[in-house]
Amino acid sequence: MLYSEKVMDHFQHPRNLGKMENADGVGEVGNAKCGDIMKMYIKVDDGIITDVKFNTFGCGSAIATSSMATEMIKGKSVEDALELSNQAVVEALDGLPTHKIHCSVLAEEAVKAAVKDYYDRNNISYDAALFAEGECPHCHE
Amino acid sequence: MYIYADNAATTKINPVAMDVMNKCMTEVYGNPSSLHSAGQKAAEVMQKAREDIAQVLGADFREIYFTSGGTEADNQAIYSAAAFGEKKGKKHIISSAIEHHAVLHTLQRLEKEGFEITLLDVGEDGIVRPEDVRQAIREDTALVTIMYANNEIGTLQPISEIAAICREKKVIFHTDAVQAVGHVPINVREQNIDMLSLSAHKFHGPRGIGVLYVRKGVPLFNLIEGGAQERGRRPGTENLPAIAGMAAALKEVVSHMAAAEEKVSSLRDILIEGLSKIPHARLNGDAKRRLPGNVNFCFEGIEGESLLLLLDNKGVAASSGSACTSGSLDPSHVLLALGLPHEVAHGSLRLSLSEENTKEEMYYIIDAVREVVEYLRDMSPVWEALEKGEKEHVI
Repeated sequence: MLYSEKVMDHFQHPRNLGKMENADGVGEVGNAKCGDIMKMYIKVDDGIITDVKFNTFGCGSAIATSSMATEMIKGKSVEDALELSNQAVVEALDGLPTHKIHCSVLAEEAVKAAVKDYYDRNNISYDAALFAEGECPHCHE
Repeated sequence: MYIYADNAATTKINPVAMDVMNKCMTEVYGNPSSLHSAGQKAAEVMQKAREDIAQVLGADFREIYFTSGGTEADNQAIYSAAAFGEKKGKKHIISSAIEHHAVLHTLQRLEKEGFEITLLDVGEDGIVRPEDVRQAIREDTALVTIMYANNEIGTLQPISEIAAICREKKVIFHTDAVQAVGHVPINVREQNIDMLSLSAHKFHGPRGIGVLYVRKGVPLFNLIEGGAQERGRRPGTENLPAIAGMAAALKEVVSHMAAAEEKVSSLRDILIEGLSKIPHARLNGDAKRRLPGNVNFCFEGIEGESLLLLLDNKGVAASSGSACTSGSLDPSHVLLALGLPHEVAHGSLRLSLSEENTKEEMYYIIDAVREVVEYLRDMSPVWEALEKGEKEHVI
């Protein structure tokens, strides 16, 4: 089997799937040309991510990593969400095939993009360097 | 319900072929090169298989070389023509942009070795223009190699016309007929084909066995060194059970090819009609000049791998040309050659049918694809942008 049971479970039964009206932060990353785009919506109350939704165009692992990432940041503070690494998503899914690792990078980026949007909307200052890492070069051509 | 609709990938073994193979393994265990009677019995079985295959192709049995499959046959045909051409100072090869990787990657290697490769474009219909072949032929052209039928979009190439041009221009013509043999009528003599590759597992024969047909008078160089098997051109003890199984499978399919063609193409057309009703869907490749069993669609706003996995959940085995199923980041070179943008090519689906499929299965597939496409579009930011008019529909 190409994917672990956990990946298949999140792909077939994605958590937090959908769009969100009146989100406090929305992040969209990826490139349709490369075959995956993730859009993440967060609801923030008192610095805590109380709700999160995602929409994804992409392969099985793109959908599974989006789903897992939403589970991992729900209920966390935005600062903690920024700590989410693609490796943590991969581990939580019991691994991904090598050529699918970039999907997990995209999931990490999607979370960061949503938080950045939240910061921007609320004029919260942040260190720009936080959002410069982990870019998938192929997706930004 | 489990519907196998991936016959272009491989086919289920024909029971007659399996029976022949079983008997071959248990009863005809001698080495065809041995002089004792066990060996000679094996040599006879092999000769019969060679004659049967030659007869189906319209060839002489001395023109049939057994290989490990289509890939090896393609490699040997191309390297051989290249080596022969090089001796005469001819280092130009013509092929098409939609060939299988067995051909394309072999040509890329020759390019690194100093050959000049011309890859002809296809039209939006996925078909090579014979006139383009004529235009591309030069004094130093060593080989023209054009596939008989495309493995992804199933388009049938005008092989007779192209081969006639090559014969007239005295250029060797090879065709990768892996997807075509056993599915459409082929006669190498009447069609002026100099070399042809085929693979048994695409027509309900075993894997790991194929044929390179080489017309008498066309020189053939070997890829590997060894004994005198296959007139020294393909050394190594012959895989007799597979050879006999291949011959049996081929005889089986051609014995009722016309009826199968009619049945399978009518199933194909049901699928094409049904899937065409999904909004922003597009059939890839010419609607009629295609293999009886090939259906290939793109659905805008979704990605092929997730489509495949969800179809598998619903009991439908299919294939896709999306990047994610190829292990690379780029979608199928065949779909890109049709002029499709990357993001649309990612959303492709190939269904390849056999005689075992039924009408009921086609209706089931249409419903399953429609449901899965709707589900995936509903969660797709690309589809959302298309629907909101932020992005323009391509199809």
